[in-house]
Amino acid sequence: MEVVLAVIIGALYAAGLYMMMRRSLAKVVIGLSLLSYAANLLIFTVNGVMRGRPPLVPEGAVRPVEPFADPLPQALILTAIVIGFGVQAFALVLFKRAYQAAGTDDLDQIRSTELPKKSRKAGQAQG
Amino acid sequence: MTIAVLSGFGVALTAPWLQGRLPRRAGWLLILLPLALTAWFAAQLPRVAEGTTLAESVSWIPSLGIDLAFYLDGLSLTFALLISGIGAVVLLYASAYLADDPLLGRFYLYLLVFMASMLGTVLADNLITLFVFWELTSISSYLLIGFKHSYGTSRAAALQALLVTGGGGLAMLAGLVLLGQVAGTSNLSSLAASGERVRASDLYPAILGLVLVGAFAKSAQFPFHFWLPNAMEAPTPVSAYLHSATMVKAGVYLLARLSPALGGTVEWQGLVIGVGAATMVLGAYLAWQQVDLKRILAYSTISALGILVLLLGVGGALATKAALTVLVAHSLYKGALFLVAGALDHETGTRDVTQLGGLRRAMPITGAVALLAGASMAGLPPLFGFVAKEVFYKATYEAPDLPALLTALAVLSSVLTVVAAGLVALKPFFGVRAHTPRHPHEAPLRMWLGPLFLAGLSVLLGVWPALVAEYSVKPATEAVLAGPAKVELVLWPGVNPVLALSLLTLALGAGVYVFRHALLAWARRLDVGKRLGPERGYGRALDGLLRLADWQTDLLQNGYLRFYLITIVAVTVVLVGYTALAEADLSGALRAPEMRVYEGAIAVVILAATYAVTRAHSRLAAVAALGTVGYSVALLYILFGAPDLAMTQFAVETLTVFLFVLVIYRLPRFATLTSRMERWRDAVIALSAGALMTLLVLIVTADPSRAHVASFFAENSVTLAKGRNIVNVILVDFRGLDTLGEITVLAVAAAGVFALLKLRPAQARAPEARAERARTAELQAVPTAEAGADPGSGD
Repeated sequence: MEVVLAVIIGALYAAGLYMMMRRSLAKVVIGLSLLSYAANLLIFTVNGVMRGRPPLVPEGAVRPVEPFADPLPQALILTAIVIGFGVQAFALVLFKRAYQAAGTDDLDQIRSTELPKKSRKAGQAQG
Repeated sequence: MTIAVLSGFGVALTAPWLQGRLPRRAGWLLILLPLALTAWFAAQLPRVAEGTTLAESVSWIPSLGIDLAFYLDGLSLTFALLISGIGAVVLLYASAYLADDPLLGRFYLYLLVFMASMLGTVLADNLITLFVFWELTSISSYLLIGFKHSYGTSRAAALQALLVTGGGGLAMLAGLVLLGQVAGTSNLSSLAASGERVRASDLYPAILGLVLVGAFAKSAQFPFHFWLPNAMEAPTPVSAYLHSATMVKAGVYLLARLSPALGGTVEWQGLVIGVGAATMVLGAYLAWQQVDLKRILAYSTISALGILVLLLGVGGALATKAALTVLVAHSLYKGALFLVAGALDHETGTRDVTQLGGLRRAMPITGAVALLAGASMAGLPPLFGFVAKEVFYKATYEAPDLPALLTALAVLSSVLTVVAAGLVALKPFFGVRAHTPRHPHEAPLRMWLGPLFLAGLSVLLGVWPALVAEYSVKPATEAVLAGPAKVELVLWPGVNPVLALSLLTLALGAGVYVFRHALLAWARRLDVGKRLGPERGYGRALDGLLRLADWQTDLLQNGYLRFYLITIVAVTVVLVGYTALAEADLSGALRAPEMRVYEGAIAVVILAATYAVTRAHSRLAAVAALGTVGYSVALLYILFGAPDLAMTQFAVETLTVFLFVLVIYRLPRFATLTSRMERWRDAVIALSAGALMTLLVLIVTADPSRAHVASFFAENSVTLAKGRNIVNVILVDFRGLDTLGEITVLAVAAAGVFALLKLRPAQARAPEARAERARTAELQAVPTAEAGADPGSGD
């Protein structure tokens, strides 16, 4: 099964990177999502996978029944999923504000931290 | 001795404070340090003259063989005395010269740092220590040349001096490191013993070339000489001290110090004599054509440095003795003349020699000093300059190779030096009283005391040259030759060919001085200075460097996210891919897949949805496809024994889709912004990166024989942590701090999201109407300017 997972991981990485190379900021954010799926699955797969044996200790026993899935990657991925969500949410909102400020979502038009001329003039007139 | 060097740095730091507390007396107090140092070094004179040497060493970086090692022999003592003695004179002078300058305290700081660095340079016994102090002198020189930092010319000259001497210093560092490796020691005092090995080494030409570049750049030798006249932008005390008496002689010191190890070969003689002679003639030729007093002195300093280098190139007892005698004589008279030029500038408001004249009544003491020092410069008996010129002529006259040519060049440069001396010492004080911008007065005590002392020394040593021969020139010559030498200096050697040359020099010099206006017109037409200008090369190199940096920055920091990504990804694919294919065992990696039908179905769904995301033309389709990928990945987690992951993924995925839908409708529709070619290029790069990741996973999973930490958690989950869900136990117990970090990150992200959504920039907050307008603009997502959404100002 690792072979199939490997193909999926490759496809997710390819799609994620391709989307991050777009000029539209919305696509970049979507690419970020795909990349985090890819990274999570990578961690999940590299140590080998096992069908249907969650790392749980049955009632009354002191250790799980062999064989069982490796718990460590799962713990790492759990953290990664949650942090990934945090990053995703922040990126989306930041992107929304950047779009409001710059008036475009084309990355090539957003080349500096200065405001575009029109709104800077407005700011100076009031400031 | 270590204290002697380091005390300067300590006192330097207190100088600005002292100047602030005692603005009138700080100068008098601060010269106590150089005076004490002079006294201490002078007290070592008798011992060193007997041949004793002092060595001290403090361990610094022992693992690299670098010690703060100091060594005092005749050569370093001569330099140390000049540095501390003239340091005292200059410091006192500066306290009057710059009395009105609000930054005088800072000036003292720089000057004392320089003095300490220069002492460190000439006393250092370790090659790397020498380099460190050497560069410290370059840096303090930079600060001092640029002291009048509000003038662009000052800053440019300071930078030029720093780049030329610093660049030479880097070459020298490379040379010194090579030298240390070849010689097997980094102690200067033991280098002489391994001279044979160094000169026989294959690396000798490289070592020699690199060290000479450093020394020549520092000592303003052709073709690096151009920085020195420009360095005259510095306040005059600095010119007197750094750019005439001490720092520019560091290169000469290095040549003298390393000549036992590197000297005596054909390459050494050819390079050092050639460059020295060229510099000597060029400097003298340019000196007498200048009208600025300081530039006259600067070019004649270049000429004198050329003489020193030339003599060290000739080598042997006679030439070395001559070099050291000229060194002392030059420091004394040139230091004094620079200070005189500064006094003239200070009192009359001009340094233009054509505007100065007849000042001997207004400034009698300064005039007397100028006359004495100028006579020494011209080589008139009974001054020490005369003694020096006699031995200089004798050394060229009796040089082993090309004596006739060297002597002719020596006489030529000396004739022109006589003219320059006349311009500096006679022209301003005699003849018709010229009108000057300021009404001239005699300079204050602090500005004539030091120069008078220096000029007096020129007289004393001229009358009694045995004094300097016994205590300074002889031990120094012995140190340079690394063996005993017979050194005597006399004022009157009797009638001989050398004396005839001296008389000829004076006669010709006087002649040129009288007819200088006619000759000057002729010389200006030739205009050698511009044509031979390596300064233009410097300018071009600097421009080229800036252009290169611009080009490189545009290339590497082009501001396009996708090009950064493409670069990173492509480089990774090539390097990692090459390593994987070349090094890894691929036999197990390429194997037939083994899977169940429903797994295959999920895989197909993920692949199809992923492709759909990349091809989507509508925002909603992209978000839906993305959600499909996420939920399918969660299904995979369920199938492979990770129910916790699946639950989290489901929850997060649902939230993400909501978030996307909420935000993405405020955004413009997907537009195709790139061309078909660009999309193909990106696709190829992205697909090769994906293929590489697939390959890596296959390689890694092909080998099951890896140690698992799983058993530790399995053993201890219940016994130590009392939990049956091992993943949960890891999160809250074994790796509890990681989870705390995760929560913190999430909290920060939440705060950021809140701030971005709710807090408005200052301008938008103020007027009610405009805020309303902004809100409308936001709702309509019209890409016109929303007023003042400056991301940096209000948040």
